[in-house]
Amino acid sequence: MIAPLVTGLAVFYLWPVFQTGYYSFTTWGPFGGSEFTGLANYVALFEDDELLRAVKNTLVYSAIVVAGIPLAIVVAALLNQRNLRGVGVYRALYFLPVVTMPAAIAMVWKWLYNGDHGLINHVLSFVGIPGQNWASDSRFALYAIAVIAVWMTVGYNMVIFLAGLQAIPKELYEAAEIDGASKIRQFRSITLPLLTPSIFFVAVLTVIASLQAFDVLYMILGPTNPATVESRTIVYLFYEKAFMENDKGAAAAMACVLLVFMMAITAVQFRLQKRWVHYV
Amino acid sequence: MGKKLFTAAAAFVTAALALGGCSSSSSDTGGSADDGPVTLSYAIWDAKQEATLRKIADEFTKANPNIKVDIQVTPTTNDGYQTKLRTAATAGNAPDVFWLNGPNFQFFASNGQLLPLSDQNAADAAKWPSALKELYSYEGKQYGVPKDFDTVGLWFNKKMFDAAGVKYPDDTWTWQTFTDAAKKLSDPAKGTFGVAALLTGQENYYDTILQAGGSVISADGKKSGFDDPASIEGLKIWTDLIKNGASPSQAAMTDTHPVTMFMSEKIAMYWGGSWNAAEFNKNPAIKDIVDVAVLPQGKQRATVIHGLGNVVYAKTKYPKQATKFANFLGSETAAKIQAETGTVIPAYDGLTETWVKSMPQFNLKAYIDELAYAKPYPISKNAAVWNKMETDILTAAWAGTTPIDEAAKKLAADMNAALAKEK
Repeated sequence: MIAPLVTGLAVFYLWPVFQTGYYSFTTWGPFGGSEFTGLANYVALFEDDELLRAVKNTLVYSAIVVAGIPLAIVVAALLNQRNLRGVGVYRALYFLPVVTMPAAIAMVWKWLYNGDHGLINHVLSFVGIPGQNWASDSRFALYAIAVIAVWMTVGYNMVIFLAGLQAIPKELYEAAEIDGASKIRQFRSITLPLLTPSIFFVAVLTVIASLQAFDVLYMILGPTNPATVESRTIVYLFYEKAFMENDKGAAAAMACVLLVFMMAITAVQFRLQKRWVHYV
Repeated sequence: MGKKLFTAAAAFVTAALALGGCSSSSSDTGGSADDGPVTLSYAIWDAKQEATLRKIADEFTKANPNIKVDIQVTPTTNDGYQTKLRTAATAGNAPDVFWLNGPNFQFFASNGQLLPLSDQNAADAAKWPSALKELYSYEGKQYGVPKDFDTVGLWFNKKMFDAAGVKYPDDTWTWQTFTDAAKKLSDPAKGTFGVAALLTGQENYYDTILQAGGSVISADGKKSGFDDPASIEGLKIWTDLIKNGASPSQAAMTDTHPVTMFMSEKIAMYWGGSWNAAEFNKNPAIKDIVDVAVLPQGKQRATVIHGLGNVVYAKTKYPKQATKFANFLGSETAAKIQAETGTVIPAYDGLTETWVKSMPQFNLKAYIDELAYAKPYPISKNAAVWNKMETDILTAAWAGTTPIDEAAKKLAADMNAALAKEK
């Protein structure tokens, strides 16, 4: 029964993983053809200050996106009321960014963030805040892009939280009500603890996805953007190495480092879950 | 049960593989037959030229009914064209015929990615300007058909000049007149600027470096010229314009491309290539209020001359047909279409006048007058490597975070290291 799935996984996921591992020990010629150069790529990688900055940027970016998870919980709790009029429309609206192409999202946000005629600066001008080049100033660009990522992920996380909320037995709330617990107390003492498995799941997925942040970053930054050098993430650096500088071996080494890094963070998350995740 | 499922799964996988095989072999059909119908892929990066090239390709198909041409446009934004092309070539899958520019040509030619031209029409080849023929030849063999050539001119908005009471640019202008005018034309309150210090070599700092008497690369192509004090002068004119508020900041120019600013009357002057003329001509809002003059002179008069080449991929499945098409792109018919539509100045002797007359309201003769002192576009065997360094390092200087002389010296050092690696 699982043969097709396993075959697909092996061909399209596992084999490339091993291939990348092998490539990370090779140096590539300009149009293909590679020779084995041992650890040279890794040595060069760790001597490069750029990697450290990219790791730092990636962590900052991921932290902001993870900090957006409570927002998704609030949205899910609000949209979990069956008797709310047009609840389906609201859910669809929040989910819309998930099914929109990242390139299209980047184009729209680039315009919102535009320093000369962007909507955000226009709104800020009403309250007297001077406009900024949000997407091309190294002080703001990374945060500005992380905000887009929060906006993009709220919908997906909301769906998972909605499912989690609906799995909580109604009886618990009825009992709490008889005991005289307020709505807020109910949310704190029943909803949150019983939602922790969903929160854990969302947190793991969000961290993995945001450690791989690339597409929107790439669309908004770009070579002549003065914010690019200080806002590059690990995968951005990987893309530059692999496709713009055509240094496939060094890029493979970077991908391997990212893989180890991600596995470590995920392992830590799994270890910590015993402390705060309540399974019913 | 289990066995049955396994068989079904195996059948599914086999089918998938077979289907996959099928789809790749179907594109092979006709590869062996010289006269069967084929479709050539032709990659370009300028969407604004697509209509003109379509016209040329249709002419070609009319003469060769069995060969159709599929034009694929990939913009140069974020280096997209080169990235895609090099990745496709690494996988052995580049387009049959494609555009290349000077800085990338030798890299492709020296790595055996291009097919040497054959069966050229001698009459056409004699009309290709010799400097461009040389640009697209490597180790004595001709690999590229020169497509066009371009110089850089000073575009200006007459309405904004009138409003500020500044005289229009002409051939008496020097750097001093130019920067004075740029400052006078800037109005921070209205968000308008005199000029845009676009971070680009060909249309901006390559020209000023040459005008200041500096160089980008030594004549033998082995040493960077960026640390030459004259070259630094040529870079500094632009960073100074940004500092003085006569040009938008690098961040603002990232948010909105200067050519868009020029067309929406936010900047009064724009250093534009001859290929920009057709774009301005098609824009009814500015068509009648802009014109072009020769570049202002520094220590000397100078501009960069460059031109694109059409090349054939070494591993094309249809070498005969692709070569035929590439040669056709260098024919008088193709050159005439490019000139008459005003798209670009064709690389074909005797047709520049046709291009100049194609948009009579502009002083396009300025571009041709500059040929007298135009200097070749700086290239080396793998120029893309140091071109990227230019962007990376100069962006910080344009943004004002690194002083320009420091950036220029670092750029020269990095570029020299890259040049030493070229074999």
